[in-house]
Amino acid sequence: MATTKLTPEVDPLLQAAANAAPAAGTETVQMPVGVPGYTLRQEPRQVPVTEPPVLPVNKDLQYIGKSPTRWDSHAKVSGTARYTYDMQLPGMLYAKFVCASVPHARIVSVDTSEAEKLPGVKGVYVVQHLLGGAVLRNPSLDPSKYPIVRYAGQPVAAVAATHPHIAEQAAQLVKVQYDAKPFVVDMTQARQPNSPQVFPGPADQAGSAGGGGGPHDVPQTGNVHGPSIHKKGDPEQGFKDADVIVEGKYTTQVQVHNALETHGVVADWKPDLLTVWASTQGTASVRDELAAYFKMPKSQIRVITEFMGGGFGAKFGAGNPGVVAAQLSKQTGAPVWLMLDRKQEQLSAGNRPSSDQTLRIGAKKDGTITAMQLISYGTAGCGTGAGCAGPVTHLYDSPNLHTEENDVFINAGPAAAFRAPGHPQGAFALEQSIDELANKLNMDPIDLRDKIDSNPVRRVERQIIRESALWKSRNPKPGAGAGSGYLKRGVGLSQSVWYRFIRMDSSAEVRVHRDGSIEVLSAVQDIGTGIKTVMAQVLAEQFGVPPQQIAVKIGDTNYPIGPNSGGSVTTASLTPAVRDAAWQASQKFLASIAPALNTTADDLVLTGGEVRSKSGKLQPVSFRRAAKKMDTDVVSAQAKRIPDYDPAKYDTYGGVDVAEVEVDTEMGLIHVKRIFAVHDCGRPMNPMQVKNQINGGLIQGISYALYENRLLDPKFGYMVNPNLDMYKIAGPRDIPQLDVHVIESYIGQSSTDASGIGEAAGVMSAAAAIANAFHNATGVRIRSTPMTPAVVLEALKQAPQRSETA
Amino acid sequence: MKQFTLADCTTESAALSQLNGGAVVKAGGVDLLDLMKSGLIAPSRLVNIRNISGMNGIQSTPDGLKIGALTTLAEISENPEIKSQYAILSDACGHAATPHIRNMATLGGNLLQQNRCWYFRSDDFACLKKGKDVCFAFDGLNQYHAIFDNGTCPSVAPSSAAVALLGLNANVELSSAKRGKRTVALKDFYVKPEVNPMTRTVIQPDELLTAVTVPKPASGTRSAYQKYGDKKSFDWAIADAGVVLEMNGNICRKAAIVMGAASPVVRRSPEAEAVLQGKPITEETARAAGKAAMQGAQPLSMNGYKVQLFPVAIYRTILLAAGQMGRDPSAAG
Repeated sequence: MATTKLTPEVDPLLQAAANAAPAAGTETVQMPVGVPGYTLRQEPRQVPVTEPPVLPVNKDLQYIGKSPTRWDSHAKVSGTARYTYDMQLPGMLYAKFVCASVPHARIVSVDTSEAEKLPGVKGVYVVQHLLGGAVLRNPSLDPSKYPIVRYAGQPVAAVAATHPHIAEQAAQLVKVQYDAKPFVVDMTQARQPNSPQVFPGPADQAGSAGGGGGPHDVPQTGNVHGPSIHKKGDPEQGFKDADVIVEGKYTTQVQVHNALETHGVVADWKPDLLTVWASTQGTASVRDELAAYFKMPKSQIRVITEFMGGGFGAKFGAGNPGVVAAQLSKQTGAPVWLMLDRKQEQLSAGNRPSSDQTLRIGAKKDGTITAMQLISYGTAGCGTGAGCAGPVTHLYDSPNLHTEENDVFINAGPAAAFRAPGHPQGAFALEQSIDELANKLNMDPIDLRDKIDSNPVRRVERQIIRESALWKSRNPKPGAGAGSGYLKRGVGLSQSVWYRFIRMDSSAEVRVHRDGSIEVLSAVQDIGTGIKTVMAQVLAEQFGVPPQQIAVKIGDTNYPIGPNSGGSVTTASLTPAVRDAAWQASQKFLASIAPALNTTADDLVLTGGEVRSKSGKLQPVSFRRAAKKMDTDVVSAQAKRIPDYDPAKYDTYGGVDVAEVEVDTEMGLIHVKRIFAVHDCGRPMNPMQVKNQINGGLIQGISYALYENRLLDPKFGYMVNPNLDMYKIAGPRDIPQLDVHVIESYIGQSSTDASGIGEAAGVMSAAAAIANAFHNATGVRIRSTPMTPAVVLEALKQAPQRSETA
Repeated sequence: MKQFTLADCTTESAALSQLNGGAVVKAGGVDLLDLMKSGLIAPSRLVNIRNISGMNGIQSTPDGLKIGALTTLAEISENPEIKSQYAILSDACGHAATPHIRNMATLGGNLLQQNRCWYFRSDDFACLKKGKDVCFAFDGLNQYHAIFDNGTCPSVAPSSAAVALLGLNANVELSSAKRGKRTVALKDFYVKPEVNPMTRTVIQPDELLTAVTVPKPASGTRSAYQKYGDKKSFDWAIADAGVVLEMNGNICRKAAIVMGAASPVVRRSPEAEAVLQGKPITEETARAAGKAAMQGAQPLSMNGYKVQLFPVAIYRTILLAAGQMGRDPSAAG
């Protein structure tokens, strides 16, 4: 999801469908649209006649929209769930990367002879082609036998041995001779004209299946890749027309994904089939990258992901661990386990770019925005993708807009898509500026947003917040809600927006067996969000049996293609295909048993675990007994995702979050006491799982706001905190009360009308909400993250900004 | 991690007989495994003392306490006598690290763990503490480093328990096969980097730390410890304070004020103690003591904020010890 685009990404298939005349074989149906209790209504949609009947709203359903026990909860809690990291195969070798020990260099030679002599070492491979990071437009500018080292920790070679400790020892025996080059790891320094250059010429990075990457057709000056400029209307005139202008500089840090399970695979190269167990967000993306890299047919590669321990956007494709493990397996004839250690994970497996933003907003006295301008710089290391104009482009109505996004190369590991790319950074600046504008205009922050944000769903969300006890407890006067003493209480609000993306490569097969068992198969992986459970719910609803009776088989490219889970697409993309397959399979099932029941298929319905007759001419018969009447052992149907019913209609999702903080003004500590989060994601298929994702998003957002920070030593270019004690992530006592309210918001777009929640889960807005609460508490604006005691105490040295109060 | 042999010992004498040829003692294995995994030490033999029964447990004696070196932090923090008579020690042990680490970590290992400094702890940097002649923190990232005694090596003392035990005038018992037992006051146990940056304590390679003795506090003693971090869960202290007050009514006869994360070796502040001596404990005297504790502080380029944090940690902990303030919700763990 390149967030720098001004128009939402449109799938070519959707585009084609939108442009087509209403197809023959469609019918007009009425679908629920809007928010129950607020804006619910029926709207017509042109729908293919092959589609299943319209699903009513959640309260009228039995299994969808409910929260049955999570499919894999027992396996996860009891430790029986098998992750890639846990894989053990007969004769398996353990591989270890040799990583660059300098931040910038041309490799002169790699001597592997000592490593090869170590007993137990079975294979050594020197990396020839590096994946990830930007690539020179003109590669001849940097001739080299081996990939140029552009950051400390870059994979240089790998060894495979019979034991992990032998592999580790062997890795230390590989001698790499470097021709070191000047380097830069500080973004401000990298922007200077005389800075060492990370690339000797313009370089661009491709995005992954999960987004990330930056624009290609932009200028590059030194290390500055950009600007990527977007203009709407006449921003200069807009600022002239403004009664009030707010302007601020905001900085945010680099955050590392740090999924609990590191990146890696187990690769088993056999003559006819390469089998790869991968910790991935996209089984198909791993297969496709391996097929391209080794020039193999897709049919000779099988990728399996039974369980995976977190990705957050950084785990698409085979990556360097994938291709190197496959290479070593090919060389040695044995399965090869290659998982990154925590340090390698932090250095080379992706991160969220930093930002340095200057944001100006002009408005009329009544709040109407006349112009917005964002100039941003950010570093994605030796990659691109630091744009953060998504929020300013999509959250508020402004006739005039000017954004300039710049990537700044430094000698650090390349960024990767990270849960709502660009948005936590962008929202931190935008939502504080809107708060500042409200203060200047002496308007309530919710009233101001009602004026400038036309999204009907967020309007409902703001109304719920306006009526909450928490919001009512807010003292509107900044710095006054505190009372005496060193503890100051404040309440602040932030909004967020994410986009409706659909992946058309989303298919499922549903099978009904003569013993009454039902299964659903798709290559989709469960990245921890619970798609397995949701798939079972969809089948349960269709067949009228409890979800526990459905066998869900996923995470294997032997099954029909599944979507790569990035950009909040999985539920929205896959569940309509699952329901369509279930619907078709159920129709085939009824046709298969009807003759034996002396009736016709259209007389039969599946409900309450039974097959019932509409005409009443049959006694209800249990599903299991009815299945015995099938005229063949198994009926099945496979369905693919069809385009949204109304592809021209473009939806966004988001939420409104309110944070309550207590600031210890002597210790510089911000205690987040509570977050009240009101979010939407189309039809919530499983409200408990939606809440779980929002809990996780808020925690990740709090952690970003207050703690996490990748720190590079400016003189030597090494990360000083590549572990999990000094790279600080929120722990149990740092997590406040989270009150999550999920609203139903129907959009009438598919047979399940589901959407995604991964990004719109609070991770975008937590930092801004906390910062606005901090201002409400202290009267002081804090414009940089992480808001550590050092930063807070420095900010508190400023006098409260009276200018913000009317 | 290099391969090593493991000598599993069940008696003190068996363990002592193994302590030669570069062998390293393993008790809870918490800091040791971290050091081995990051390649900072690569012993060829580990001597596991975890299963020595005589080095475990808390004994109440007429003179005070004797705590076996293998007693876990969790056991110490939950001991009723320590909770009531030596609150500073139960506070310190009960707020170290995380519950699961406190269940594994031993008192001896806690006192012997290596200092905190990300340059020292990284295998990318060969520094003074690894026998080289350069400290990277001075010109580098030093926001978590020492504000006192930081002229040679500004790494910080890691142990909360050491803060408490210094305030309680504790002693450590050391044992060697050749030289027998000796007792060292905790105040003399740690070695300042100026003396030898590579040696953290006076313990010799053939010695075991077997026990810690704590003198019985004078009547009227009240004590407390609090630590503060960026985070409340699982974080190292950015400021901490141990306070022992010998009270006569509301008058403080004698005080011990100790800081951990301020310097490479746990540090008592005679300046702060002098402010309280003979005075009633009030918010005013407590704040004055906190302020006095910063005399001589020499912050580095990025850790000036710690000079602001320590006085706050100290005054609030004095008031906690004196019963004039509850446990600080801002404090960690």
